[in-house]
Amino acid sequence: MHRVAVVVFPGSNCDADTLDAARAAGSDAYYVWHTSTDLQQADAAILPGGFSYGDYLRSGAIARFSPVLRAVTAHARAGGKVLGICNGFQILCEAGLLPGALMRNARLKFLSRPVQVRVDATDTPFTRSYERGEELTLPIAHGDGRYVADAQTAAELAANGQVVLRYVTENPNGSMHDIAGVCNAGRNVVGIMPHPERRNALVLGGQDGARVFLSLEARNATQHAGDLRAVDGRHLRV
Amino acid sequence: MSDFTVEIRVMPRASLLDPQGQAVQHALQALGFDEVGSVRAGKHLVLQVQAASRDEAAAKARTMCDRLLANPVIEDYECTVSQ
Repeated sequence: MHRVAVVVFPGSNCDADTLDAARAAGSDAYYVWHTSTDLQQADAAILPGGFSYGDYLRSGAIARFSPVLRAVTAHARAGGKVLGICNGFQILCEAGLLPGALMRNARLKFLSRPVQVRVDATDTPFTRSYERGEELTLPIAHGDGRYVADAQTAAELAANGQVVLRYVTENPNGSMHDIAGVCNAGRNVVGIMPHPERRNALVLGGQDGARVFLSLEARNATQHAGDLRAVDGRHLRV
Repeated sequence: MSDFTVEIRVMPRASLLDPQGQAVQHALQALGFDEVGSVRAGKHLVLQVQAASRDEAAAKARTMCDRLLANPVIEDYECTVSQ
């Protein structure tokens, strides 16, 4: 069982869903407030979605200087697992823990709906229970989701296989190379725009997001998460 | 120490899509301002800064831009200092 710290900023609004999703996957998940500098021996830290500090200045720009980010940065630099979802992804980019940045959606509109994404990297702590190339339906809910990076960074992402999720069938926000999620070079820090915690059980319309959280526990024997069961890292639909 | 007014202009990189600027451009053209070739939208920040000199105020402002006020991945900035 992993200890999972769900970091809460003023303006986070996916923290409770994220905590529930991690617990449903069998993790020992708990909240850590943004003023804390102690992740309480976390194996993984998750920065949830929301609108930390009202998205003032730039999404994630102010949260990036929260006391808790010092602990998250130290955890990441030591090889600890970190996942940023939506606003969490924006914060990790602002903090320099992930390359690139997230800008206003190309058509300006705030988008809140399910989209299709493809898993392009399964060698991360949060995607190892997926099959490479598998297509998922996951909800997005963002106004600033257009991923950009300079040409050199983009080339490195491609060469190192650091694109974790890509939009397929349509690119909703104008992201470069249809990028919906990336990881760092060490592959322990992952950022994704879609919300797996909003689609981790059939009652939510699907369970394609559950394995993001089950991946953390994939080496454990048997875990339940809603309608989905993970056995020895493989998933069975029940 | 003196008080300086630092004005900072933060603009999205010229090479990047600026949908906000485009939307404003389209709105201007819809109003009949056909002479508008392009619009780019950025941020304008005005700071009151205490410093020993104009140069020191400018140097402090640039540090603030590098650390917080602009994101070097996507934005460029310019500072002007007045007393």
